[in-house]
Amino acid sequence: MTFWHILLGRLTWDSLVFVEAWRNPTISEIIGGLAGGVAVLGAALLFGLITILGRWRYLWTVWLTSLDHKKIGIMYMVFAVIMLCRALIEAVLMRTQQAIAINNPGLVAPDHFAQLFSTHGTIMVFFVGMPLLTGLMNFVMPLQIGSRDVAFPYMNSISLWLTVGGGIMMMASLVVGKFSTGGWSGYPPYTELAFNGGVGPDYWIWAVSLSSLGAMMTGINFAVTVYKFRSPGMRWMRLPLFTWTTLCTAILMIFAMPPLTVATLLLAADRYLGMHFFTNDLGGNVMNFVNLFWLFGHPEVYILILPAFGVYSEVVSAFSSKELYGYTSLVIATMVIAILSFTVWLHHFFTMGQSAGVNSFFGIATMLIGIPTGVKIYDWIWTMFWGEVRFSTSMLFSIAFMITFVIGGMTGIILATPPLDYLVHNTLFLVAHFHNMLIPGTLYGVIAGYYYWFPKAFGFRLSEKWGRIAFVCWVPGFYLAFMPLYVMGASGVARRTQELFDPALRPWVIAAEIGALLLLAGLASLFIQLYVSIRQRHTTRVPVGDPWDARGLEWSMSAPPPEYNFAVIPQVSRRDPFHWQKINNGAYKPADHYRDIEVPKNSMCGVLIGLGMTACFTGLVWHMWWLAVCGFTFSLGTAIARSFMRDVRRTIPAAEVEAQHRRWLETTAAALPIPRHLEMTPENEGLAKWQG
Amino acid sequence: MSKTSTGLITRAVGSPIRRLRKGVTMGLTVMAAGLLSGCSVLSRGFLGAAGPVAAAERHEFYLVGAVMLLVIGPVLLLTPLIAWHYRLANTKSAFRPQWGFSWILEGLIWIPPTIIVIVLAVFLVDDTVRLDPYRPLSPGLSPLQVQAVSLDWKWLFIYPDQHIASVNQLILPAGRPVHVSLTSGTVMQSLLMPQLAGQILAMAGMTTQLNFAISQPGTYWGENAQYNGAGFDKQKFQVLGVNPVDFNRWVASSRQTPRLLDDAAYRTLSRESVLSQPVTFGSVEPGLFAKIVHQAIRPGYLRQHEDANSHG
Repeated sequence: MTFWHILLGRLTWDSLVFVEAWRNPTISEIIGGLAGGVAVLGAALLFGLITILGRWRYLWTVWLTSLDHKKIGIMYMVFAVIMLCRALIEAVLMRTQQAIAINNPGLVAPDHFAQLFSTHGTIMVFFVGMPLLTGLMNFVMPLQIGSRDVAFPYMNSISLWLTVGGGIMMMASLVVGKFSTGGWSGYPPYTELAFNGGVGPDYWIWAVSLSSLGAMMTGINFAVTVYKFRSPGMRWMRLPLFTWTTLCTAILMIFAMPPLTVATLLLAADRYLGMHFFTNDLGGNVMNFVNLFWLFGHPEVYILILPAFGVYSEVVSAFSSKELYGYTSLVIATMVIAILSFTVWLHHFFTMGQSAGVNSFFGIATMLIGIPTGVKIYDWIWTMFWGEVRFSTSMLFSIAFMITFVIGGMTGIILATPPLDYLVHNTLFLVAHFHNMLIPGTLYGVIAGYYYWFPKAFGFRLSEKWGRIAFVCWVPGFYLAFMPLYVMGASGVARRTQELFDPALRPWVIAAEIGALLLLAGLASLFIQLYVSIRQRHTTRVPVGDPWDARGLEWSMSAPPPEYNFAVIPQVSRRDPFHWQKINNGAYKPADHYRDIEVPKNSMCGVLIGLGMTACFTGLVWHMWWLAVCGFTFSLGTAIARSFMRDVRRTIPAAEVEAQHRRWLETTAAALPIPRHLEMTPENEGLAKWQG
Repeated sequence: MSKTSTGLITRAVGSPIRRLRKGVTMGLTVMAAGLLSGCSVLSRGFLGAAGPVAAAERHEFYLVGAVMLLVIGPVLLLTPLIAWHYRLANTKSAFRPQWGFSWILEGLIWIPPTIIVIVLAVFLVDDTVRLDPYRPLSPGLSPLQVQAVSLDWKWLFIYPDQHIASVNQLILPAGRPVHVSLTSGTVMQSLLMPQLAGQILAMAGMTTQLNFAISQPGTYWGENAQYNGAGFDKQKFQVLGVNPVDFNRWVASSRQTPRLLDDAAYRTLSRESVLSQPVTFGSVEPGLFAKIVHQAIRPGYLRQHEDANSHG
């Protein structure tokens, strides 16, 4: 044991991708080196830019240490979008590889390809899908229930920074060492020491553990917020649908994340402590991992879908200028889905050899979920019925979702039938199916929600033109990219295939490649949309805060909202409270008297705990035991020290609240009420000319 | 009336339009032809079923697909129709912003899907039991026994009654049921022969089972569908369905092969490798499969990884 060995653990020069690319300059290694270079350069550029602009203090005091749920929500989304860029580029690279590699080794070597699909899946699930939705829920839910913040603002910050820490580890794996090749589900025994001795599976274990810890705490936070922090009169059956789906998602997070943490920690025990939970020998059994993993994995599917269902409920109602059809049905359907999601996990491994009776039970349970899901789709259709539908970007994505999602539902029922699952399990058919659920489900939902709530968060609208361009890329792009995968999967092409052997597949892989490029163009148009919208923000400002003539409490304050959200906590007397306030002339009124408002002070503890745990887990990956101990001690010490701090809240005096509120009311009084057909014009200052 | 007349006008005016239409028709025809020829790959999969199990599963696929079309059809039609009809610009459509409930619609939304799921559930139970991979195909006929061992990155097939074995080639008599016992000599893998039967996983220390048959002599294919490392794509094999006479001839000639599959040969075979050619073993040590299942033979991969560690 030399000093260097103790200091650096398993880390050597060879661990750097650049060294590998230099020594062995194949195309595959050079692509790896370039990706590592982009990661390093990107980080360096970002740091340099912030330093040159002198924005560190601003960033630290206003954003990174903030405990404001709105800012934490926005940070979640920014983080997720950065991760999305990487994971989508990886997807394009994989499709390019398959398009080239027909009886031909193609661009990326098998081992590199395996890292691509493993990081793509892990990132998309844990570091794109979940943080995007967690960001939306963080921003919107407290506003919808008339609360000043989530129940535990400090824990909210810890959740964020644990998740970001996982993302940092994913990015580090681009530069130092190799990531796991075992897919996003990391099945042992393949990921056991006997078969994969390197750092890859350890990267996967610890990055996912950080994310799952963060998500579990988020779940607790959101559930308690909905239970305890609703404004007076906000009874259960008056909750907006998005809040209902947030609550169900939170419950799923609380119960679904622990099995994952247990599974990954047991796998870690195998790898680090020589135990035999999932090894081939000495009584280990892979089935236990698979069960634990999907006990998490299936509810996870609904963690990724339910909030998006909530978004669609809000968007379709607002842009149909109409009350949501079948509110009670939608609430029941949401709860039923949440409960059933825990009863179907076995359908992920029908092919493991259990009896026909067991398979039938789980097959039927799976099909049952189709009923409430179908009910939801029909509820949105009947919401448009007798309405006045405006085809905004949000609404276009919602309609595309409804049409595309039912196709995925059809293939889902096929996969839920065990004999059919035997045929297409583990093939590209399965890959096509879950992308068919997650792209229209989660991603379109996030885009719809982003477009819908963006004016609330930043005070100006997004460019409609670029929204439509994005739509034209995302929707046909999806069909081109994934319909061919159904065909290839039905032809028996296994998923995770790096090289193909049948030239007849060529038209399909090329179509899929074009689709993947279109999806990348879709992402690019969202960036352009943001840039264009920021440039023309002076013509799209909506300071009054209600640009879409919408219905929930989140539209009842200025855009962007004050940090305490509500100058006065609203009294709720029925569903769609803000809509009825507008109708009954109760909106935009000064309060009788204003009170002092307490808000949490900023705290660096969340950042420190998150980064400490990241250091700890990175130390575990590289066997730098000192770093692991230091990181953990540091996080624990920070948590303990913070618990002794008493001065953690700050008071905003009533006079200031009143002044701000009155200023906003003056803006409102000066604004012109806008009828719906003019809402995309510069005249829209966020004051709607409402109709009964 | 007015519609017909505009139609006539278009036709009378439009030689360029007619040409355009012709072009579009031709383009569509070419595209359809391309798509159809591209669809020929589907015959590699279960749609080109070549055995009773895959054929029954294909039948169920069509059935479930047809039932599901009934469910999704209305959504595919209603969503764009209603959205377009009730667009803001259409001032003729009714507007009832406070309407949000109807018992009739609730019934339509909840009851028919429930009935469809009940119908599908009945099919599902029936088919899952009937097509259970563990269930012997025809109890009267004694099936051909095959023991399959998944290795990195190849398939070993032992014919216990014939005392021979082959790697990456499965030769079977057409028309006779086959019973496969599976285990893995390495990580978890999945045996998929798309035209013949659905897949089943192979796991170390355990045995799973698969029953199927080939209807007609012919050349089919199989693969591992569960990712297991760098040679995963190449872990494919031929399934040759031959008539029973040819099968017996093949067995007899295989027995002439001097290669013996014993512990030592298995240890070499189970090391990570991709084989360029199928291999046949003329004799197999009795009880080898049971030894593999009970992990009584030290698999090759362990030694290989220890070697890699000591070098690195």
